[in-house]
Amino acid sequence: MASAQAAVPAVLKPLRTIGRSTLGALRMVGSVGVFAVRGVAGVFSPPWFPMQLLRQLLAIGFFSLPVVGLTAVFTGAALGLNIYTGGGRFNAEQVMPQIVALGITRELGPVLAALMLAGRVSAAIAAEIGAMRATEQIDAMRTLSTDPFRYLVAPRLLAATLVLPLLTLIADIIGVAGGWLVAVRILDFNSTIYIRNTMNFIEVWDVGSGLIKAAVFGFIVALMGCYHGYHAKGGARGVGRATTHAVVSSAILIFASDYFLTTLFTNA
Amino acid sequence: MTDPIKPEWAKLEWRGVRKRFDGAPVLDGLDLSVAAGRSLVIIGGSGQGKSVTIKVAMGLLNLDAGQVLIDGRSLTAMNGRARRELFSRIGVLFQGAALFDSLSVWENVAFRLINADGVPRKAAKERAIEALGRVRLAASVADSYPSELSGGMQKRVGLARAVVANPEIIFFDEPTTGLDPITASAINELIVEQVRGLGCTAVSITHDLASARAIGDEIAMLHAGKIIWRGTPAELDRTDNPYVRQFVDGRADGPMASLV
Repeated sequence: MASAQAAVPAVLKPLRTIGRSTLGALRMVGSVGVFAVRGVAGVFSPPWFPMQLLRQLLAIGFFSLPVVGLTAVFTGAALGLNIYTGGGRFNAEQVMPQIVALGITRELGPVLAALMLAGRVSAAIAAEIGAMRATEQIDAMRTLSTDPFRYLVAPRLLAATLVLPLLTLIADIIGVAGGWLVAVRILDFNSTIYIRNTMNFIEVWDVGSGLIKAAVFGFIVALMGCYHGYHAKGGARGVGRATTHAVVSSAILIFASDYFLTTLFTNA
Repeated sequence: MTDPIKPEWAKLEWRGVRKRFDGAPVLDGLDLSVAAGRSLVIIGGSGQGKSVTIKVAMGLLNLDAGQVLIDGRSLTAMNGRARRELFSRIGVLFQGAALFDSLSVWENVAFRLINADGVPRKAAKERAIEALGRVRLAASVADSYPSELSGGMQKRVGLARAVVANPEIIFFDEPTTGLDPITASAINELIVEQVRGLGCTAVSITHDLASARAIGDEIAMLHAGKIIWRGTPAELDRTDNPYVRQFVDGRADGPMASLV
Protein backbone atom coordinates (compact mmCIF):
# COMPACT_ATOMS: atom_id res chain seq x y z
CA MET A 1 0.00 0.00 0.00
CA ALA A 2 2.79 2.34 1.02
CA SER A 3 4.77 1.52 -2.11
CA ALA A 4 1.73 2.21 -4.29
CA GLN A 5 1.40 5.64 -2.70
CA ALA A 6 5.08 6.35 -3.15
CA ALA A 7 4.80 5.44 -6.83
CA VAL A 8 2.37 8.30 -7.53
CA PRO A 9 4.22 10.96 -9.54
CA ALA A 10 4.35 14.39 -7.93
CA VAL A 11 2.29 15.89 -10.73
CA LEU A 12 -0.61 13.57 -9.89
CA LYS A 13 -0.59 14.21 -6.15
CA PRO A 14 -3.15 17.04 -6.37
CA LEU A 15 -5.47 14.62 -8.18
CA ARG A 16 -5.02 12.12 -5.37
CA THR A 17 -5.89 14.80 -2.85
CA ILE A 18 -8.98 15.77 -4.84
CA GLY A 19 -9.97 12.12 -5.11
CA ARG A 20 -9.58 11.53 -1.38
CA SER A 21 -11.55 14.67 -0.56
CA THR A 22 -14.32 13.63 -2.95
CA LEU A 23 -14.49 10.15 -1.47
CA GLY A 24 -14.51 11.64 2.03
CA ALA A 25 -17.34 13.98 1.10
CA LEU A 26 -19.34 11.13 -0.46
CA ARG A 27 -18.78 9.01 2.64
CA MET A 28 -20.04 11.89 4.75
CA VAL A 29 -23.15 12.32 2.57
CA GLY A 30 -23.87 8.61 2.83
CA SER A 31 -23.32 8.62 6.56
CA VAL A 32 -25.64 11.61 7.08
CA GLY A 33 -28.21 9.95 4.81
CA VAL A 34 -28.20 6.72 6.78
CA PHE A 35 -28.35 8.68 10.04
CA ALA A 36 -31.34 10.68 8.76
CA VAL A 37 -33.18 7.53 7.67
CA ARG A 38 -32.63 5.92 11.09
CA GLY A 39 -33.82 9.10 12.81
CA VAL A 40 -36.94 9.38 10.63
CA ALA A 41 -37.68 5.68 11.16
CA GLY A 42 -37.64 6.44 14.88
CA VAL A 43 -40.25 9.16 14.35
CA PHE A 44 -42.67 6.83 12.58
CA SER A 45 -42.23 3.58 14.49
CA PRO A 46 -42.63 2.76 18.19
CA PRO A 47 -41.51 2.98 20.89
CA TRP A 48 -42.16 6.72 21.13
CA PHE A 49 -41.04 8.95 23.95
CA PRO A 50 -43.66 11.70 24.30
CA MET A 51 -41.98 13.30 27.34
CA GLN A 52 -38.80 13.70 25.33
CA LEU A 53 -40.78 15.27 22.47
CA LEU A 54 -42.45 17.68 24.87
CA ARG A 55 -39.08 18.69 26.35
CA GLN A 56 -37.69 19.32 22.90
CA LEU A 57 -40.73 21.29 21.77
CA LEU A 58 -40.15 23.57 24.74
CA ALA A 59 -36.36 23.75 24.37
CA ILE A 60 -36.33 24.24 20.61
CA GLY A 61 -39.54 26.19 20.17
CA PHE A 62 -40.64 28.14 23.19
CA PHE A 63 -37.20 29.18 24.39
CA SER A 64 -36.19 30.30 20.88
CA LEU A 65 -39.06 32.78 20.67
CA PRO A 66 -37.19 35.81 22.08
CA VAL A 67 -34.18 35.48 19.80
CA VAL A 68 -36.31 34.82 16.72
CA GLY A 69 -38.68 37.67 17.58
CA LEU A 70 -35.87 40.20 18.10
CA THR A 71 -34.16 39.15 14.88
CA ALA A 72 -37.40 39.46 12.95
CA VAL A 73 -38.39 42.90 14.23
CA PHE A 74 -35.01 44.49 13.47
CA THR A 75 -34.73 42.75 10.10
CA GLY A 76 -38.23 43.91 9.13
CA ALA A 77 -37.40 47.46 10.16
CA ALA A 78 -34.06 47.51 8.31
CA LEU A 79 -35.62 45.90 5.26
CA GLY A 80 -38.32 48.57 5.26
CA LEU A 81 -35.78 51.37 5.33
CA ASN A 82 -33.73 49.80 2.54
CA ILE A 83 -36.76 49.22 0.31
CA TYR A 84 -37.93 52.78 0.94
CA THR A 85 -34.50 54.15 -0.03
CA GLY A 86 -34.17 51.87 -3.06
CA GLY A 87 -37.76 52.42 -4.14
CA GLY A 88 -37.17 56.16 -3.93
CA ARG A 89 -34.76 55.92 -6.85
CA PHE A 90 -37.69 54.85 -9.06
CA ASN A 91 -40.29 56.98 -7.28
CA ALA A 92 -41.75 53.72 -5.99
CA GLU A 93 -41.58 54.27 -2.21
CA GLN A 94 -45.24 53.24 -1.93
CA VAL A 95 -44.41 49.59 -2.73
CA MET A 96 -42.58 49.29 0.58
CA PRO A 97 -45.40 47.42 2.45
CA GLN A 98 -45.77 44.83 -0.29
CA ILE A 99 -42.04 44.19 -0.73
CA VAL A 100 -41.44 43.99 3.01
CA ALA A 101 -44.24 41.44 3.36
CA LEU A 102 -43.01 39.42 0.39
CA GLY A 103 -39.38 39.50 1.47
CA ILE A 104 -40.18 38.52 5.03
CA THR A 105 -42.68 35.75 4.36
CA ARG A 106 -40.98 34.10 1.40
CA GLU A 107 -37.35 34.48 2.36
CA LEU A 108 -36.14 36.29 5.42
CA GLY A 109 -38.63 34.90 7.95
CA PRO A 110 -37.80 31.23 7.39
CA VAL A 111 -34.07 31.74 6.69
CA LEU A 112 -33.37 34.00 9.65
CA ALA A 113 -35.45 31.93 12.06
CA ALA A 114 -33.57 28.84 10.86
CA LEU A 115 -30.18 30.54 11.24
CA MET A 116 -31.07 31.63 14.75
CA LEU A 117 -32.12 28.07 15.49
CA ALA A 118 -28.87 26.77 14.00
CA GLY A 119 -26.89 28.98 16.34
CA ARG A 120 -28.97 28.31 19.40
CA VAL A 121 -30.38 24.82 18.99
CA SER A 122 -28.10 22.92 16.62
CA ALA A 123 -25.10 23.85 18.75
CA ALA A 124 -26.90 22.91 21.96
CA ILE A 125 -28.02 19.55 20.55
CA ALA A 126 -24.50 18.75 19.31
CA ALA A 127 -22.97 19.73 22.65
CA GLU A 128 -25.49 17.74 24.69
CA ILE A 129 -25.35 14.57 22.61
CA GLY A 130 -21.57 14.94 22.17
CA ALA A 131 -21.11 15.17 25.94
CA MET A 132 -23.34 12.12 26.35
CA ARG A 133 -21.14 10.27 23.87
CA ALA A 134 -17.95 11.35 25.67
CA THR A 135 -19.26 10.22 29.06
CA GLU A 136 -20.59 6.87 27.78
CA GLN A 137 -24.21 7.86 28.40
CA ILE A 138 -25.16 6.76 24.88
CA ASP A 139 -23.51 3.37 25.45
CA ALA A 140 -25.34 3.17 28.78
CA MET A 141 -28.64 3.91 27.04
CA ARG A 142 -28.06 1.03 24.61
CA THR A 143 -27.29 -1.37 27.44
CA LEU A 144 -30.54 -0.25 29.06
CA SER A 145 -32.46 -1.63 26.06
CA THR A 146 -33.23 1.85 24.73
CA ASP A 147 -32.36 2.86 21.19
CA PRO A 148 -30.61 6.28 21.26
CA PHE A 149 -32.04 7.05 17.82
CA ARG A 150 -35.57 6.77 19.15
CA TYR A 151 -34.89 8.39 22.51
CA LEU A 152 -32.49 11.18 21.50
CA VAL A 153 -32.60 11.76 17.75
CA ALA A 154 -36.22 11.19 16.70
CA PRO A 155 -37.81 13.59 19.25
CA ARG A 156 -35.35 16.36 18.28
CA LEU A 157 -35.94 15.86 14.54
CA LEU A 158 -39.70 15.90 14.98
CA ALA A 159 -39.73 18.83 17.40
CA ALA A 160 -37.54 21.05 15.20
CA THR A 161 -39.50 20.15 12.06
CA LEU A 162 -42.81 21.01 13.75
CA VAL A 163 -41.67 24.06 15.64
CA LEU A 164 -39.70 26.03 13.07
CA PRO A 165 -42.76 26.70 10.86
CA LEU A 166 -44.55 28.08 13.95
CA LEU A 167 -41.55 30.22 14.84
CA THR A 168 -41.40 31.38 11.23
CA LEU A 169 -45.06 32.36 11.27
CA ILE A 170 -44.39 34.43 14.38
CA ALA A 171 -41.25 35.86 12.78
CA ASP A 172 -43.30 36.79 9.68
CA ILE A 173 -45.81 38.71 11.77
CA ILE A 174 -43.14 40.43 13.87
CA GLY A 175 -40.98 41.17 10.82
CA VAL A 176 -43.86 42.78 8.95
CA ALA A 177 -44.67 44.69 12.13
CA GLY A 178 -41.05 45.92 12.20
CA GLY A 179 -41.46 47.31 8.68
CA TRP A 180 -44.79 48.85 9.66
CA LEU A 181 -43.21 50.50 12.73
CA VAL A 182 -40.49 52.17 10.65
CA ALA A 183 -42.95 53.17 7.94
CA VAL A 184 -45.45 54.73 10.30
CA ARG A 185 -43.11 56.21 12.93
CA ILE A 186 -40.21 57.39 10.76
CA LEU A 187 -41.35 57.52 7.15
CA ASP A 188 -44.82 59.02 7.77
CA PHE A 189 -46.82 56.22 6.11
CA ASN A 190 -50.50 56.02 6.97
CA SER A 191 -50.93 53.06 9.29
CA THR A 192 -54.29 51.90 7.90
CA ILE A 193 -53.14 52.13 4.27
CA TYR A 194 -49.90 50.29 5.09
CA ILE A 195 -51.76 47.42 6.72
CA ARG A 196 -54.40 47.30 3.96
CA ASN A 197 -51.72 47.24 1.24
CA THR A 198 -49.91 44.45 3.02
CA MET A 199 -53.03 42.34 3.53
CA ASN A 200 -54.32 42.88 -0.02
CA PHE A 201 -51.00 42.00 -1.60
CA ILE A 202 -49.88 39.00 0.36
CA GLU A 203 -51.07 35.56 -0.82
CA VAL A 204 -51.47 32.37 1.13
CA TRP A 205 -48.75 30.73 -0.95
CA ASP A 206 -46.27 33.47 0.01
CA VAL A 207 -46.65 32.47 3.65
CA GLY A 208 -47.16 28.76 2.91
CA SER A 209 -44.00 28.40 0.84
CA GLY A 210 -42.02 30.03 3.64
CA LEU A 211 -43.49 27.61 6.16
CA ILE A 212 -42.60 24.60 3.99
CA LYS A 213 -39.05 25.93 3.77
CA ALA A 214 -39.05 26.35 7.54
CA ALA A 215 -40.04 22.72 8.10
CA VAL A 216 -37.13 21.57 5.90
CA PHE A 217 -34.74 23.95 7.66
CA GLY A 218 -35.93 22.72 11.06
CA PHE A 219 -35.18 19.14 10.06
CA ILE A 220 -31.73 20.18 8.83
CA VAL A 221 -30.90 22.07 12.03
CA ALA A 222 -31.82 19.13 14.29
CA LEU A 223 -30.22 16.57 11.96
CA MET A 224 -26.88 18.38 11.90
CA GLY A 225 -26.90 18.85 15.67
CA CYS A 226 -27.72 15.21 16.31
CA TYR A 227 -25.33 13.85 13.67
CA HIS A 228 -22.27 15.80 14.75
CA GLY A 229 -23.00 15.27 18.45
CA TYR A 230 -23.55 11.54 17.98
CA HIS A 231 -20.24 11.17 16.15
CA ALA A 232 -18.22 13.41 18.49
CA LYS A 233 -14.83 11.94 19.36
CA GLY A 234 -12.00 12.98 21.62
CA GLY A 235 -13.53 14.41 24.79
CA ALA A 236 -14.06 18.13 25.31
CA ARG A 237 -12.21 19.09 22.15
CA GLY A 238 -14.32 16.71 20.12
CA VAL A 239 -17.51 18.13 21.59
CA GLY A 240 -16.35 21.65 20.71
CA ARG A 241 -15.57 20.55 17.17
CA ALA A 242 -18.96 18.84 16.86
CA THR A 243 -20.69 22.03 17.95
CA THR A 244 -18.84 24.12 15.37
CA HIS A 245 -19.50 21.59 12.61
CA ALA A 246 -23.19 21.44 13.52
CA VAL A 247 -23.64 25.21 13.24
CA VAL A 248 -21.56 25.63 10.07
CA SER A 249 -23.09 22.66 8.24
CA SER A 250 -26.60 23.70 9.30
CA ALA A 251 -26.06 27.22 7.93
CA ILE A 252 -24.62 25.98 4.63
CA LEU A 253 -27.39 23.43 4.13
CA ILE A 254 -30.03 26.03 5.01
CA PHE A 255 -28.75 28.39 2.30
CA ALA A 256 -28.31 25.60 -0.25
CA SER A 257 -31.74 24.09 0.33
CA ASP A 258 -33.26 27.59 0.35
CA TYR A 259 -32.01 28.12 -3.18
CA PHE A 260 -33.32 24.78 -4.42
CA LEU A 261 -36.68 25.17 -2.68
CA THR A 262 -37.06 28.72 -4.02
CA THR A 263 -36.30 27.45 -7.51
CA LEU A 264 -38.84 24.66 -7.06
CA PHE A 265 -41.54 27.01 -5.75
CA THR A 266 -40.86 29.62 -8.42
CA ASN A 267 -41.26 27.06 -11.19
CA ALA A 268 -44.31 25.46 -9.59
CA MET B 1 -10.54 -33.24 32.73
CA THR B 2 -11.84 -29.68 33.02
CA ASP B 3 -9.99 -27.04 31.10
CA PRO B 4 -9.42 -24.17 33.57
CA ILE B 5 -9.60 -21.63 30.74
CA LYS B 6 -12.91 -22.98 29.49
CA PRO B 7 -15.40 -24.11 32.11
CA GLU B 8 -18.04 -26.54 30.89
CA TRP B 9 -21.05 -24.38 31.77
CA ALA B 10 -20.06 -21.17 30.08
CA LYS B 11 -22.58 -18.38 30.52
CA LEU B 12 -20.45 -16.05 28.48
CA GLU B 13 -17.73 -16.92 26.03
CA TRP B 14 -15.33 -15.08 23.73
CA ARG B 15 -14.22 -17.42 20.96
CA GLY B 16 -11.32 -16.35 18.72
CA VAL B 17 -12.35 -12.71 18.97
CA ARG B 18 -10.37 -10.24 16.89
CA LYS B 19 -10.80 -6.50 16.87
CA ARG B 20 -8.65 -3.85 15.22
CA PHE B 21 -8.67 -0.09 15.46
CA ASP B 22 -7.06 1.81 12.58
CA GLY B 23 -5.33 -1.39 11.55
CA ALA B 24 -3.78 -2.05 14.96
CA PRO B 25 -4.94 -5.28 16.64
CA VAL B 26 -6.46 -4.77 20.08
CA LEU B 27 -8.00 -8.21 20.54
CA ASP B 28 -5.97 -10.84 18.76
CA GLY B 29 -7.88 -14.11 18.86
CA LEU B 30 -9.20 -13.76 22.39
CA ASP B 31 -10.53 -16.97 23.95
CA LEU B 32 -12.20 -16.63 27.32
CA SER B 33 -15.25 -17.93 29.11
CA VAL B 34 -17.09 -17.37 32.35
CA ALA B 35 -19.14 -20.04 34.08
CA ALA B 36 -22.67 -19.23 35.20
CA GLY B 37 -22.78 -17.63 38.62
CA ARG B 38 -19.04 -16.90 38.70
CA SER B 39 -17.30 -13.55 38.99
CA LEU B 40 -14.36 -13.07 36.64
CA VAL B 41 -12.06 -10.07 36.85
CA ILE B 42 -9.92 -9.14 33.86
CA ILE B 43 -6.74 -7.28 34.69
CA GLY B 44 -4.12 -5.86 32.40
CA GLY B 45 -2.19 -2.77 31.47
CA SER B 46 -3.60 0.31 29.83
CA GLY B 47 -4.40 -0.15 26.16
CA GLN B 48 -4.35 -3.94 26.33
CA GLY B 49 -8.01 -4.26 25.30
CA LYS B 50 -9.87 -4.71 28.59
CA SER B 51 -12.62 -2.21 27.78
CA VAL B 52 -12.90 -3.54 24.24
CA THR B 53 -13.28 -7.08 25.64
CA ILE B 54 -16.40 -6.18 27.59
CA LYS B 55 -17.74 -3.76 24.98
CA VAL B 56 -17.83 -6.49 22.33
CA ALA B 57 -19.69 -8.70 24.81
CA MET B 58 -22.19 -5.92 25.48
CA GLY B 59 -22.77 -5.52 21.74
CA LEU B 60 -21.41 -1.98 21.79
CA LEU B 61 -18.59 -2.81 19.37
CA ASN B 62 -18.72 -5.07 16.34
CA LEU B 63 -16.19 -7.89 15.99
CA ASP B 64 -13.77 -8.20 13.11
CA ALA B 65 -13.65 -11.98 13.58
CA GLY B 66 -14.66 -14.63 16.09
CA GLN B 67 -17.76 -14.92 18.21
CA VAL B 68 -19.18 -13.85 21.54
CA LEU B 69 -21.59 -16.44 22.89
CA ILE B 70 -24.11 -15.86 25.63
CA ASP B 71 -25.83 -19.01 26.84
CA GLY B 72 -24.34 -20.63 23.75
CA ARG B 73 -25.99 -18.16 21.37
CA SER B 74 -23.82 -16.02 19.14
CA LEU B 75 -24.25 -12.30 19.66
CA THR B 76 -23.39 -11.51 16.05
CA ALA B 77 -26.12 -13.84 14.78
CA MET B 78 -28.82 -12.11 16.82
CA ASN B 79 -31.27 -9.72 15.18
CA GLY B 80 -32.33 -6.41 16.74
CA ARG B 81 -35.16 -7.88 18.82
CA ALA B 82 -33.00 -10.72 20.15
CA ARG B 83 -30.32 -8.22 21.10
CA ARG B 84 -32.83 -6.02 22.93
CA GLU B 85 -34.05 -9.11 24.76
CA LEU B 86 -30.45 -9.95 25.58
CA PHE B 87 -29.75 -6.45 26.89
CA SER B 88 -32.73 -6.81 29.22
CA ARG B 89 -30.72 -9.59 30.95
CA ILE B 90 -27.54 -7.54 31.25
CA GLY B 91 -26.55 -4.86 33.75
CA VAL B 92 -23.58 -2.55 33.37
CA LEU B 93 -21.73 -0.29 35.78
CA PHE B 94 -19.70 2.11 33.64
CA GLN B 95 -16.36 3.57 34.67
CA GLY B 96 -17.72 7.08 35.22
CA ALA B 97 -21.15 5.70 36.17
CA ALA B 98 -22.52 7.23 32.90
CA LEU B 99 -25.59 8.60 34.65
CA PHE B 100 -27.94 10.71 32.54
CA ASP B 101 -27.37 14.19 33.93
CA SER B 102 -30.72 15.53 32.71
CA LEU B 103 -32.59 12.94 34.79
CA SER B 104 -32.97 12.63 38.55
CA VAL B 105 -31.35 9.78 40.47
CA TRP B 106 -34.50 7.66 40.59
CA GLU B 107 -35.22 8.29 36.88
CA ASN B 108 -31.70 7.07 36.14
CA VAL B 109 -32.17 3.92 38.16
CA ALA B 110 -35.62 3.32 36.69
CA PHE B 111 -34.61 4.24 33.11
CA ARG B 112 -34.89 0.70 31.76
CA LEU B 113 -38.06 -0.04 33.70
CA ILE B 114 -39.84 3.04 32.33
CA ASN B 115 -38.47 3.24 28.79
CA ALA B 116 -37.92 -0.40 27.83
CA ASP B 117 -40.10 -2.47 30.14
CA GLY B 118 -43.10 -0.14 30.21
CA VAL B 119 -43.38 -0.09 34.01
CA PRO B 120 -45.61 2.83 35.18
CA ARG B 121 -43.57 5.71 36.65
CA LYS B 122 -44.98 5.32 40.17
CA ALA B 123 -44.15 1.62 40.38
CA ALA B 124 -40.79 2.24 38.70
CA LYS B 125 -39.95 4.89 41.29
CA GLU B 126 -40.75 2.46 44.11
CA ARG B 127 -38.46 -0.17 42.58
CA ALA B 128 -35.75 2.44 42.03
CA ILE B 129 -35.88 3.53 45.68
CA GLU B 130 -35.75 -0.12 46.74
CA ALA B 131 -32.65 -0.62 44.53
CA LEU B 132 -31.07 2.52 46.00
CA GLY B 133 -31.61 1.01 49.44
CA ARG B 134 -29.79 -2.13 48.34
CA VAL B 135 -26.68 -0.02 47.63
CA ARG B 136 -27.10 1.86 50.94
CA LEU B 137 -28.43 5.09 49.51
CA ALA B 138 -31.26 6.83 51.32
CA ALA B 139 -34.57 7.48 49.57
CA SER B 140 -33.90 11.19 50.07
CA VAL B 141 -31.33 11.16 47.22
CA ALA B 142 -33.90 9.81 44.75
CA ASP B 143 -34.98 13.26 43.59
CA SER B 144 -31.44 14.67 43.44
CA TYR B 145 -29.54 15.03 40.18
CA PRO B 146 -26.26 13.18 39.47
CA SER B 147 -24.25 16.44 39.54
CA GLU B 148 -25.29 16.91 43.17
CA LEU B 149 -23.72 13.60 44.24
CA SER B 150 -20.13 12.63 45.10
CA GLY B 151 -18.21 10.20 42.88
CA GLY B 152 -18.83 7.34 45.28
CA MET B 153 -22.55 8.04 45.42
CA GLN B 154 -22.70 8.21 41.64
CA LYS B 155 -21.06 4.78 41.48
CA ARG B 156 -23.69 3.47 43.91
CA VAL B 157 -26.46 4.93 41.75
CA GLY B 158 -24.82 3.30 38.73
CA LEU B 159 -24.75 0.01 40.61
CA ALA B 160 -28.40 0.39 41.59
CA ARG B 161 -29.24 1.02 37.91
CA ALA B 162 -27.26 -2.08 36.92
CA VAL B 163 -29.06 -4.40 39.35
CA VAL B 164 -32.59 -2.95 39.43
CA ALA B 165 -33.90 -5.29 36.73
CA ASN B 166 -32.27 -8.39 38.30
CA PRO B 167 -29.85 -9.10 35.45
CA GLU B 168 -28.26 -12.47 34.70
CA ILE B 169 -24.92 -10.94 33.71
CA ILE B 170 -23.33 -7.78 35.09
CA PHE B 171 -20.33 -5.99 33.64
CA PHE B 172 -18.23 -3.73 35.87
CA ASP B 173 -15.96 -1.32 34.03
CA GLU B 174 -13.24 -0.10 36.41
CA PRO B 175 -15.70 0.06 39.33
CA THR B 176 -13.31 1.67 41.82
CA THR B 177 -11.36 4.02 39.56
CA GLY B 178 -11.15 7.53 40.99
CA LEU B 179 -12.43 6.56 44.43
CA ASP B 180 -10.61 6.81 47.74
CA PRO B 181 -9.62 3.44 49.32
CA ILE B 182 -12.45 3.46 51.85
CA THR B 183 -15.14 4.25 49.29
CA ALA B 184 -13.55 1.76 46.88
CA SER B 185 -13.72 -0.92 49.59
CA ALA B 186 -17.39 -0.09 50.21
CA ILE B 187 -18.13 -0.35 46.48
CA ASN B 188 -16.32 -3.71 46.32
CA GLU B 189 -18.43 -5.01 49.21
CA LEU B 190 -21.61 -3.83 47.52
CA ILE B 191 -20.60 -5.49 44.25
CA VAL B 192 -19.93 -8.82 45.97
CA GLU B 193 -23.19 -8.54 47.89
CA GLN B 194 -25.26 -7.74 44.80
CA VAL B 195 -23.63 -10.36 42.57
CA ARG B 196 -24.07 -13.08 45.22
CA GLY B 197 -27.55 -11.89 46.08
CA LEU B 198 -28.70 -12.04 42.49
CA GLY B 199 -26.74 -15.21 41.73
CA CYS B 200 -25.64 -13.64 38.48
CA THR B 201 -22.50 -13.93 36.38
CA ALA B 202 -20.12 -10.98 36.67
CA VAL B 203 -17.30 -9.77 34.49
CA SER B 204 -15.18 -6.89 35.74
CA ILE B 205 -12.19 -5.08 34.35
CA THR B 206 -9.86 -3.19 36.62
CA HIS B 207 -6.33 -2.00 37.31
CA ASP B 208 -7.05 -2.11 41.02
CA LEU B 209 -5.64 -5.40 42.32
CA ALA B 210 -7.27 -4.96 45.73
CA SER B 211 -10.61 -4.65 43.98
CA ALA B 212 -9.82 -7.65 41.74
CA ARG B 213 -9.03 -9.81 44.78
CA ALA B 214 -12.17 -8.62 46.58
CA ILE B 215 -14.74 -9.12 43.85
CA GLY B 216 -13.33 -11.92 41.70
CA ASP B 217 -13.77 -15.67 42.03
CA GLU B 218 -11.22 -15.81 39.25
CA ILE B 219 -8.79 -13.35 37.73
CA ALA B 220 -7.57 -13.36 34.13
CA MET B 221 -4.77 -11.26 32.75
CA LEU B 222 -5.08 -9.73 29.29
CA HIS B 223 -1.95 -8.82 27.39
CA ALA B 224 -1.51 -8.01 23.70
CA GLY B 225 -5.12 -8.94 22.98
CA LYS B 226 -4.99 -12.41 24.54
CA ILE B 227 -5.51 -14.00 27.93
CA ILE B 228 -2.05 -14.95 29.16
CA TRP B 229 -2.93 -16.17 32.65
CA ARG B 230 -5.99 -17.18 34.64
CA GLY B 231 -6.39 -18.29 38.23
CA THR B 232 -7.92 -17.59 41.60
CA PRO B 233 -7.05 -14.51 43.68
CA ALA B 234 -4.87 -16.71 45.90
CA GLU B 235 -3.00 -18.03 42.86
CA LEU B 236 -2.35 -14.48 41.69
CA ASP B 237 0.14 -13.99 44.52
CA ARG B 238 1.83 -17.35 43.94
CA THR B 239 2.16 -17.41 40.19
CA ASP B 240 5.58 -17.18 38.61
CA ASN B 241 4.21 -15.95 35.29
CA PRO B 242 6.62 -13.09 34.55
CA TYR B 243 3.94 -10.85 33.04
CA VAL B 244 1.61 -11.27 35.99
CA ARG B 245 4.49 -10.86 38.46
CA GLN B 246 5.54 -7.61 36.83
CA PHE B 247 1.97 -6.32 36.88
CA VAL B 248 1.29 -7.39 40.47
CA ASP B 249 4.60 -6.02 41.72
CA GLY B 250 4.11 -2.82 39.74
CA ARG B 251 7.64 -2.88 38.31
CA ALA B 252 8.61 -0.84 35.24
CA ASP B 253 11.22 -3.44 34.24
CA GLY B 254 10.02 -6.78 32.99
CA PRO B 255 8.71 -8.57 29.92
CA MET B 256 5.94 -6.03 29.35
CA ALA B 257 6.93 -2.79 27.67
CA SER B 258 6.38 0.27 29.84
CA LEU B 259 2.66 0.91 30.24
CA VAL B 260 3.22 4.64 30.67
